[in-house]
Amino acid sequence: MNSQHPQLTGAEIIWATLVGEGVDEVFGYPGGAILPAYDALRKFPIHHILVRHEQGAAHMADGYARASGKVGVCIATSGPGATNLVTGIATAMLDSVPIICITGQVGSKVLGSDAFQEVDITGITLPITKHNYLVTRAEDIAPALREAFQIAMSGRPGPVLIDITKDAQQNTATFSFEAAAPAHYRPHPMLQAESSSIQQAIELIQQAKRPIILAGHGIIHSGAEAQVLAFAERQQIPVASTLLGLGAFPTYHALSLGMMGMHGESWVNNAIQQADLLLAFGMRFDDRVTGNLAHYAPNAKKIHIEIDPSEINKNVRADVALIGDLRETLDLLLPLMPKKTDTSWIGEVNAMKGDAAVRDIINLPDNGHLYAAHVINDIWREAHAAGRADQTVIVTDVGQHQMWEAQYYKHDVPRSLITSGGLGTMGFALPAAIGAKVACPEKDVWVIAGDGGFQMTAAELSTIVQEGLAINIAVINNGFLGMVRQWQEAFYEKNYAASPILSPDFVKLAGAHGIDGAHVSERKNVIPTVTKARTSGKPFLINFQVEKEDGVYPMIAPGAALHEMVRRPAADPLLETAEDE
Amino acid sequence: MLHTFVAHVSDKPGVLTRVASLFRRLNINIVSLTVGESERPEVSRMTIVCEAPDHAAHRIRASLYKLEITVDVDEVGRSEAVIRELCLIKVAAGPKTRSQIFELATVFKARVVDLAPESVMLEMTGAASKIEGLIQVLTESGYTILEVSRTGRMAMRRGHHTSRVLKALGTPHSDHSDETSFPEKPDADEILPNEFTGVHEDEA
Repeated sequence: MNSQHPQLTGAEIIWATLVGEGVDEVFGYPGGAILPAYDALRKFPIHHILVRHEQGAAHMADGYARASGKVGVCIATSGPGATNLVTGIATAMLDSVPIICITGQVGSKVLGSDAFQEVDITGITLPITKHNYLVTRAEDIAPALREAFQIAMSGRPGPVLIDITKDAQQNTATFSFEAAAPAHYRPHPMLQAESSSIQQAIELIQQAKRPIILAGHGIIHSGAEAQVLAFAERQQIPVASTLLGLGAFPTYHALSLGMMGMHGESWVNNAIQQADLLLAFGMRFDDRVTGNLAHYAPNAKKIHIEIDPSEINKNVRADVALIGDLRETLDLLLPLMPKKTDTSWIGEVNAMKGDAAVRDIINLPDNGHLYAAHVINDIWREAHAAGRADQTVIVTDVGQHQMWEAQYYKHDVPRSLITSGGLGTMGFALPAAIGAKVACPEKDVWVIAGDGGFQMTAAELSTIVQEGLAINIAVINNGFLGMVRQWQEAFYEKNYAASPILSPDFVKLAGAHGIDGAHVSERKNVIPTVTKARTSGKPFLINFQVEKEDGVYPMIAPGAALHEMVRRPAADPLLETAEDE
Repeated sequence: MLHTFVAHVSDKPGVLTRVASLFRRLNINIVSLTVGESERPEVSRMTIVCEAPDHAAHRIRASLYKLEITVDVDEVGRSEAVIRELCLIKVAAGPKTRSQIFELATVFKARVVDLAPESVMLEMTGAASKIEGLIQVLTESGYTILEVSRTGRMAMRRGHHTSRVLKALGTPHSDHSDETSFPEKPDADEILPNEFTGVHEDEA
């Protein structure tokens, strides 16, 4: 029909559209219903990373997106291939990460007939995708894919799934990348901070004596790090971070408080409880951040700057809501804010630290035990000493080590911490690190995982080797599902049901994959081994045999208020030497 | 309280599931849902009535906007909009009792649309309270109601109101030159007099 544009098969259209969208790498696993697409793969300049389980593909696309700020793409076949993606899609959804999942589907003529490997994946993923498509015609592939990229990246980012029937891949259609461009993005009437609200916000900020900025993931999504820094400095407002907000504000900065919430430092949470104004920047008042909502920051007015209108007043009532892109909103606000010089509030916050720092595990003298906190802090110190801290990406799994990472690793640059915050997906670290390393081959990428979570997706070790990725792996091995054990200790009378876990010799496991490794059980060996791993230029696994029954402190019990922190027990028998100081 | 939302959504397969799933996830019961064509091609119009706490309205509306298939959402209260429902009622009635039902129908401005030896079918359009009134009177008068089919509420704002979104998209047949002159909500005295004054829904 149109001689200017080529006739391509649907399979070719998939790849051609991805190339047009700037995709260089995809993570996937072939299978029957997606085979036509794989048949066309090698005609296109796209590198395909073969995963060992589709969950890994989704996490890799996720890690790729978080590390690079670009859309991550994963591909799987119908049925089990598609359902294996589900955990990874939900992980991306809860943390607002832009990924595209392409799944094969049985032929359109047998849709709904329980054909071999047929599953209603658009139905299954309806609540865990930002949007999804079922495509049954070759000519619909390019427009759906291009719209998917737009949806994944715009507004509050998120995962988009495109389910493409086998016949749509096999049939031909005229392909034009330009003609497939999505119609102008639907206007969103709520999506602009109103000037009256801006005025109210300015008044609240000027009246505030004890303001705090709550820095969330939205800062990184929006690229508003410089604006937040300028805002905090201009107004002399201390900055507390959510878990996913770590890295958005440099920790070395005098105004940086560190992480808030369930395992945040006590003075950070106390400061929030005493604040008279909270400036929530791109964060959603998750229950892990607020503790008991009835007692959350009772004296504080709240200004909520957020791109997703449905987050406003969801958990915490906002006195002023500025709906829109954070960077744009701060750009509007900044010039209207007079400079402040009063630093008395910062002095008060610093005074709240009290003896907390002394009781901090990192400051306890070496008692012959190896603590995970020491290991993680040493990984940071090693990178820092080598001048590689800004070029290091830490990818954590979920559990105790994740919280220790947030507490003891200093993140000064955005995208230097990749972690599953909202869904808390164990098994996330290893595949997500592969995605991060593929996105940023020049950076040092560390996996920090517990012995439990690591075993969930350890099959991806093979992917690392096949792709020749120099990823460093720190397994924090305490022989327990540590966070479960800690909760059993705290809330279930030490009834350690199913929390002790047997692990293989991880160094031998790595060896079986052709990956070098080492065991470390003494503090003095931590840094030398970390250096060896970092400089080896190859993948390297370190099994850190750490204290078995250590706990993450401080912590807030579920349902308790933010200031009701449980401190590290002073009489902890593991810490007897601490009494000596 | 009852909330009434009017949503313009793409006319595509699966759209109803997306909207319904949103209410399911929020654990909110849909009281009624009507879907049909709208004034623009490829866009369906839904009127959703749901029982939810007072403060939930913003969240529902914002969540509806979050669906990619949503073009526009409006929440309408009883004062700002005409809210109507269509109802078919089949009443058991033989030749002796018919005439009394006809009388009731006249009072309630219902129409007789089918007459069978054993039954009468009435059609009625109006506010839900009026329909419920007719059903109540029929029941209390001792008639046996065989079937009731109600469409659920449909709502439309009074006055020449068009949402900002729909304006931006361009209304078919709209005069673009004076588009901006329409106020968001018409003043009370601008509201057209309505023949059904006094029968608007009383939704506490």
